[in-house]
Amino acid sequence: MSRSLFLKLLSGIIVFGAWEIAGRIPVSYAFPTFFESMAALGVMTIDGSLLEAYVDTLRPLVIGLLISAFIGIALGLWVGLTRWFDWLVSPIFIVMQAAPLAALIPLLVMVYGIGLTSKVFVVCIMAMPVIVLNTAGAVRNTPTNLKEMGYSFLGNERDIILKIVVPAASPIIFSGLRLGTSAGFIGAILSELKITPTGIGDIITYSRSIADYPSMYAAIFSIMVLAVLFLNLLERIERYLFAGNVRGYATD
Amino acid sequence: MRGDAGADATVPAAAVSARNVSKNYGEVEALRDLSLDFPRGQLTSLLGPSGCGKTTLLKIIAGLLEPTAGEVEVNGRPVTGPGPDRSFVFQDFALLPWASVLRNVAFGLELRGVAMSEREAIAEKYIRNVGLAGFEKSYPHELSGGMRQRVGLARALAVDSEVLLMDEPFSAVDEQTRRKFQEDLLGLVAGENKTFLFVTHSIEEAVYVSDQVAILLPRPSRVSEVIRPRGLRTKNVDDIRRDPEYLDIVDRIWASLRSYVE
Ligand SMILES: Nc1ncnc2c1ncn2[C@@H]1O[C@H](COP(=O)(O)OP(=O)(O)O)[C@@H](O)[C@H]1O
Ligand SMILES: [Mg+2]
Repeated sequence: MSRSLFLKLLSGIIVFGAWEIAGRIPVSYAFPTFFESMAALGVMTIDGSLLEAYVDTLRPLVIGLLISAFIGIALGLWVGLTRWFDWLVSPIFIVMQAAPLAALIPLLVMVYGIGLTSKVFVVCIMAMPVIVLNTAGAVRNTPTNLKEMGYSFLGNERDIILKIVVPAASPIIFSGLRLGTSAGFIGAILSELKITPTGIGDIITYSRSIADYPSMYAAIFSIMVLAVLFLNLLERIERYLFAGNVRGYATD
Repeated sequence: MRGDAGADATVPAAAVSARNVSKNYGEVEALRDLSLDFPRGQLTSLLGPSGCGKTTLLKIIAGLLEPTAGEVEVNGRPVTGPGPDRSFVFQDFALLPWASVLRNVAFGLELRGVAMSEREAIAEKYIRNVGLAGFEKSYPHELSGGMRQRVGLARALAVDSEVLLMDEPFSAVDEQTRRKFQEDLLGLVAGENKTFLFVTHSIEEAVYVSDQVAILLPRPSRVSEVIRPRGLRTKNVDDIRRDPEYLDIVDRIWASLRSYVE
């Protein structure tokens, strides 16, 4: 534990050190040093503008992620368990995963306007496909021996799904959730840059337009930190729910 | 050679019988017209080279697979699916990796809707019986192969079914553990009033633990011979392997199987 903490600190120092040096050279006049950016971050935190921005940014992000998680897992289960539904639905998500999102945004704006709905959609389009496809794949690959075990001990269809298929699929479902969350963050920022500048997207756009690069990088830095915290939270939930799953398998 | 099964008047009535069972997997003919009785309260092993259809037969009896032709009866009733009268011990253990030993052992009862406190009490009893007391909270990945199979055995015992179907239960454990298991199994057969169907590909193991050994020949397989050791069950477990009858039967089975081994 302390060793991994040490490694994390070390890699942090290396990355931020490199950033500081690159800022001092400078690589580009638009690239601030690490300390300038942190100072800007401090200012925005204290004057409350960062918090205000996050209220705006997190709303479509959290709504979109919750929708993607619940509907995505449910759809994924259904796709994984039913052949005809797989045939019907999987191609949609495969296309969605490959689609260039930026090209779809004008279309979304035309239909849903420039408000919250469009942004939630962008988050969902980014986050949902990987959640659906991962869940479906994991469900399809449930070890047959565990299912047979369930049937031989008189489990009904519902028991098999809830007590065997879902927990067995949980590591891959969670990895889908992690990938979906990262993609959702990208979607949330993208929608603020492409639809209407609000929240963190607004700070990025505005500070760039007035050449306040430290603030711009501070905003980018803060959203990355937040994404990492989100992913850590997910990992904790997984560990809590499926303790034995995290360290290996009974049949290895 | 199979005459001695029928001639023995002391053979109990069959708890399980397979009648003219055939099973094809597409082109592959795994079982052809196989008939066999499994006497109540005794241990019958199915012995044969791998790939000869032992697992297939056991799964048909368990109700996990449908035979292509023929039928299986348990206590005179035809098998149409899994039932409370049979429980299965799997070759690869089939434990839930995310569940503790306690939950794994209680899982059969959980699926039957037995209340939490009741099923955990029962599970704890069987965990002690198989010698895993103290490991209730461990996860399968923390246990050795032998201990995992004890969990699988406790799970099957906990539902208290009349028939135990064991598919090469000891093949994935080391030799010492295996010998200990074989002795324990003899104790189990003597102590519990259950019918055991035991799949193995080891001649020695089959002769050591069985009241009746059914020899299956390679695909499409049917029973070529049924051997009932007469005097071994009354012997001390330590003396069985030195008993002339034991050695004799092992030789005899090897003689009839060797022609199928390249
Ligand atoms: N699901 C299946 N599909 C096709 N062939 C199978 C399947 N299961 C088993 N077989 C074939 O049937 C034969 C018997 O298999 P099995 O019952 O597992 O043998 P054993 O348990 O004696 O080793 C083997 O040749 C195997 O390849
Ligand atoms: Mg087998």
